[in-house]
Amino acid sequence: MSGAIRFLLGNRLIEASDFDPQLTVLDWLRKNRHTGTKEGCAEGDCGACTVVVGDLAGDEIRYRSFNACIQLLATLDGRQLIIVEDLAQAGLHPVQQAMVDHHGSQCGFCTPGFVMSLFALYHENRPPGEQGIGRRQIDEGLAGNLCRCTGYAPIVRAARQALSVPADDHFSQAREQTVASLKQIQPTECLELEYENRSFFAPRSLDELCVLLAQHPDAVMVAGATDVGLWITKQLRVIDTLIYTANVTELQTLAIDKQSACLEIGAAVSYTDAMGALTDVYPDFRPLLARLGAVQVRNAGTIGGNIANGSPIGDMPPPLIALDARLVLRGIHGQRTLDLEEFFIEYGRQDLRPGECVEKILLPLPSAGQQFRAYKLCKRFDQDISAVCAAFALTLDKGTVASIRICYGGMAGVPARAREAESTLHGQSWTQAGLDGAMSALERDFEPISDWRASSEYRMIAAQNLLQRFFLETTRDEPVHLQAGAAT
Amino acid sequence: MNREASQKSTGAVHMDHAHDSAVKHVTGEAVYVDDMLEPAGLLHVYFGTSDCARGNIRQLGLDEVKALPGVVAVITAQDIPGLNDISPTHTLDEEILCSGEIHFAGQPLFAVAAEDRETARRAARLAEIEVEEEPAILDVEEALARKSWVSEPQEMRRGDAAAAISAASHRLRGELRTGNQEHFYLEGQAAMAIPQEDGDMLIYSSTQHPSELQHLVAATLGLSDNAVTVEVRRMGGAFGGKETQAAQWALLAALAAHHTGRAAKIRLDRDDDMISTGKRHDFRIVYEVGFDDDGRIEGLDVELAARCGMSADLSAAICDRAMFHSDNAYYLPTARIRSYRCRTHTVSNTALRGFGGPQGMMGIERVIDAIAARLGKDPLDVRMANLYGDEGRNITPYHMEVKDNVLHELMPELAETAGYHSRRDAIDAFNHDSPVIKRGIALTPVKFGISFTTTFLNQAGALVHVYKDGSIHLNHGGTEMGQGLFIKVAQVVADAFQVSLDQVKITATTTAKVPNTSATAASSGSDMNGMAALNAVRKIQKRLIVFAAEKYGVASESIQFVDGQVLIGDTLIPFPELVNEAYLGRVSLSATGYYRTPKIWYDRKKARGRPFLYFAYGAAVSEVEIDTLTGENRIRRVDILHDAGRSLNPAIDMGQIEGGFVQGAGWLTMEELWWDDSGAIRTHSPSTYKIPVSSDVPEEFNARIWQPGKNREPTIHRSKAVGEPPLMLAISVHSAINQAIASLAPDRPLPALDAPATPERILMCIRSVTDNGGD
Ligand SMILES: Cc1cc2nc3c(=O)[nH]c(=O)nc-3n(C[C@@H](O)[C@@H](O)[C@H](O)COP(=O)(O)OP(=O)(O)OC[C@H]3O[C@@H](n4cnc5c(N)ncnc54)[C@H](O)[C@@H]3O)c2cc1C
Ligand code: FES
Ligand code: FES
Repeated sequence: MSGAIRFLLGNRLIEASDFDPQLTVLDWLRKNRHTGTKEGCAEGDCGACTVVVGDLAGDEIRYRSFNACIQLLATLDGRQLIIVEDLAQAGLHPVQQAMVDHHGSQCGFCTPGFVMSLFALYHENRPPGEQGIGRRQIDEGLAGNLCRCTGYAPIVRAARQALSVPADDHFSQAREQTVASLKQIQPTECLELEYENRSFFAPRSLDELCVLLAQHPDAVMVAGATDVGLWITKQLRVIDTLIYTANVTELQTLAIDKQSACLEIGAAVSYTDAMGALTDVYPDFRPLLARLGAVQVRNAGTIGGNIANGSPIGDMPPPLIALDARLVLRGIHGQRTLDLEEFFIEYGRQDLRPGECVEKILLPLPSAGQQFRAYKLCKRFDQDISAVCAAFALTLDKGTVASIRICYGGMAGVPARAREAESTLHGQSWTQAGLDGAMSALERDFEPISDWRASSEYRMIAAQNLLQRFFLETTRDEPVHLQAGAAT
Repeated sequence: MNREASQKSTGAVHMDHAHDSAVKHVTGEAVYVDDMLEPAGLLHVYFGTSDCARGNIRQLGLDEVKALPGVVAVITAQDIPGLNDISPTHTLDEEILCSGEIHFAGQPLFAVAAEDRETARRAARLAEIEVEEEPAILDVEEALARKSWVSEPQEMRRGDAAAAISAASHRLRGELRTGNQEHFYLEGQAAMAIPQEDGDMLIYSSTQHPSELQHLVAATLGLSDNAVTVEVRRMGGAFGGKETQAAQWALLAALAAHHTGRAAKIRLDRDDDMISTGKRHDFRIVYEVGFDDDGRIEGLDVELAARCGMSADLSAAICDRAMFHSDNAYYLPTARIRSYRCRTHTVSNTALRGFGGPQGMMGIERVIDAIAARLGKDPLDVRMANLYGDEGRNITPYHMEVKDNVLHELMPELAETAGYHSRRDAIDAFNHDSPVIKRGIALTPVKFGISFTTTFLNQAGALVHVYKDGSIHLNHGGTEMGQGLFIKVAQVVADAFQVSLDQVKITATTTAKVPNTSATAASSGSDMNGMAALNAVRKIQKRLIVFAAEKYGVASESIQFVDGQVLIGDTLIPFPELVNEAYLGRVSLSATGYYRTPKIWYDRKKARGRPFLYFAYGAAVSEVEIDTLTGENRIRRVDILHDAGRSLNPAIDMGQIEGGFVQGAGWLTMEELWWDDSGAIRTHSPSTYKIPVSSDVPEEFNARIWQPGKNREPTIHRSKAVGEPPLMLAISVHSAINQAIASLAPDRPLPALDAPATPERILMCIRSVTDNGGD
């Protein structure tokens, strides 16, 4: 048992013990006078608090950006934390210099966050050469950072400049040393932290996790903390026992199981990690995933968390349900598997028993001829919560609908299939006339609510029109919706 | 460390210079209020608010708040030694802490000071508040019906608009709504109060208006103004949201410091900041217009109803400015402009970049588009036909003569470089073949009046010291919120002394150095503080010249400041050397500077005068596309040509142009504030209130400063104010979206798209103009 965490801050080893397990990285930094990292919202949405975390990946270090405001300090055990103060050494870092050269700061409050996002992009694998990085890639890399002053144009110019050359800075130069230091602080057993009457556990195996869950039935599991973090910063909730799931080896599974013809996604796999495998299998997943949160949120957030929190507006359940995914739950007494759809009982209630965790998602591989699309509607293109999310999986047999599964988010208290619409279409020919019937059937499937994201009326019309869009996309060649990325 | 970028040498004005803090911004070294070293024993202050929109407090149960370990003091209205008021215009209608009557959901009721911020926040949620609720007025309709005003309705008239409209060959009526806007400064409201001897108070605040805060702290604590010092080095954005809105929080910190004798800091959580501070006014605009066959306006009648919220704040001046800009760039032979300032039980709306101007302009730009649609003309032709012109077509509805109009040159130049006409044709062709995606394009101008319309505010002060080593200390009343004011004024000083920029030390704004300042607002920062600083420099130079002339026995006319030196007759002496000699010769090397804007006056009762020294101009072409199935939209390309006069610093001005445009585009498209039926705002965080991100800015974003630009008036180096005007260039985006919708029903009247043009508004508007609407 160890009551302390160890991590690198830049290249200095920090050992921290006797701290509140609910303490966020941001609050820890600012209390320790590292005030370069700013708080703009304390809910993961503005990026002013962006820091980069280096993780050991074999003999390499993988640098990713996170929102320090909702990242728990305790989750840094064995990792490298890089903050804006670490970047300049002999001179400004190339990303900082580019920001100065292009007048990328005005009030400067968002700037440290942008610098850190650019630093993460700088260390990402990116196409070498003169062309450098594309605009959409820059936008995706910056979608989690708000700037109210500059209008982004100068920041995009700075990004182009800084990212036109391969990464070569004091971090890449010190790689071997850092790898060695990180290896020395890798946790090998379950971390346990105690502070007053709060505790934090970071188990390393599924068995350990299940035992802990049995011992602490009121514990809150935390993976990326992109939901749990806000309970702490906004609701000021006091959580006595936190169990961190991201170090559980089995929950990081990401592999195709040939036998069941499924992609198995461990509950603690982050969106970023899942992106590659998911889009290999279903390329049409990418546009949705690339708009779910922004980089910082996708680096932390997990698909398991998105399902477990049971939100009716989470973006993962609709496509997964449309694709007939199943969910594996696990407790000390064993495993059970259910259709993902069945997990969502009603608003705020899921089929998760005390002592159980989500272990993994089983996503069937595409069947021959299957067409799949997932659409997300919101006020802003990037990093916005869906007013309506829609997913469609269709298989035609000579122009007739052999199978169709339609699932919506934002239309009911849970992510839900449009069964009336599905049955209207089933066995019919895939034509506009058939579709019109299905569009009206949606009115029998759903009675959406009105709120700040959209009115009930809009949700219904938009849901119908997304079905229309899917029809057009499967029957025509020309683009029928606005594509990602700044148009030229 | 490479600090060169911000320190290019002489030739300081009309050149690109990086923001003075650019290097500190990118390294995280720039200090904001919450980053300052904390004094020992610092307390953290938070506040509890009302949930209901209107009512009377029956009981404010604070026992549990007080009982939470770590809580040091709880403060209510009764604990305010002086005046419980923050109204900036002495309307006495907005309390620091509620004394009984609740006027909006989110109104601060009490404050709590604790050993740490988390405890203060936690404690603030423990109050048991009993309220007798009363029915609240939440929207302009109800306020209009009940004549609920924060200040009396105003009317501006020129000629007989009603007669002109009824005599005109064409008439149109219409209505348009524009939404609120949250400032979303990235740094939330923050302040720290440190008690001094004699009961004096030192305040660090993220405020645009240190002098007003100084006065309010004094009034609240029952002190005289000279007992209070307010200092602000920089803000992490403000946009008008820290002009009056910063005061309340600083006052809570001051009260806590006063009662405990300990330093006290407050920093608002983003959600609370969005709930409890004011926003841009939403407007309902109703118009009637008469025009001729060419689309020339003959008479316009506009009614502007603004939701001001629970107090007057700056609403009177904001609504005035909306009236002043109801003509935008167009000559109105006859006009009647009425303005209603509606009092509602919502947070008090306040200044936001443009200050009512954007809302006024939205109205007239809609009128022009509607005229063009009616006559089947290109809206650009109608715009050109209506521009202010020469004698006979150059008097505004407030009877000011427009002498500096440059739009007759600027707009055609922009139309040409942006390829407006050919793109319009291409869009028609595209729309013809594209069933789902539709495109639109629009070119709209901006003419924005520069000066505070409250005339006495147009004054500024500066303080310049030259030390014995020749280094210069610069201070003035303007505050830095990212707009680059400090670097611009430093350029003016460096240029006047002919020394390199890095010899000029930029220092924090403080009421102890320059008193009685106006808010840094109305885009006037560099105009006024630049002039005041120059005035101070000229005084010192004059003394140096007199001294040198005597010492070296040359005529004072033969003394010049050049390139870091002083040319005295035929001898060149380094500037620091002359300065040191002057010191030894007992010459004062410190001076205050002062400036008041000339020529302006305004008689509000008669709605007549010259409220503005000059106008800033610009124009933009925006091309957009919309998805007719969902209402999603995207800006495809933007071209801007903006008149910054002879720009003091083109790089900084370009930042204002690009940034202002994007902020305006956000206001008119995705930024939507939403109140529920009880009057509670439900979009109080960046997860529900969406400001533009990088991908909302088009790849083709061509902003240019208009090269021939030169201020007709003798402003600082003939530059023009540039803070606010570019925001209104984004009206072209809204207009273009409406054009895209109009392409679906070319034979119908112009669609009545309101703002913000969210996907929902666009889709519903599409349905109202096409046959889809009928269900
Ligand atoms: C700025 C921002 C933007 C966002 N944008 C989107 C968006 O566009 N679309 C969207 O769908 N979501 C969005 N989200 C929410 C999304 O990030 C989360 O739902 C995320 O997927 C949750 O994963 P996590 O690992 O962070 O979960 P956590 O916050 O760690 O946990 C979430 C919940 O899941 C439980 N949990 C976690 N792991 C397990 C497990 N293995 N078994 C059982 N229970 C478990 C936790 O106890 C908790 O109740 C956004 C969030 C933020 C902060
Ligand atoms: S402070 Fe806004 S994302 Fe962390
Ligand atoms: S520079 Fe002010 S928010 Fe980005």
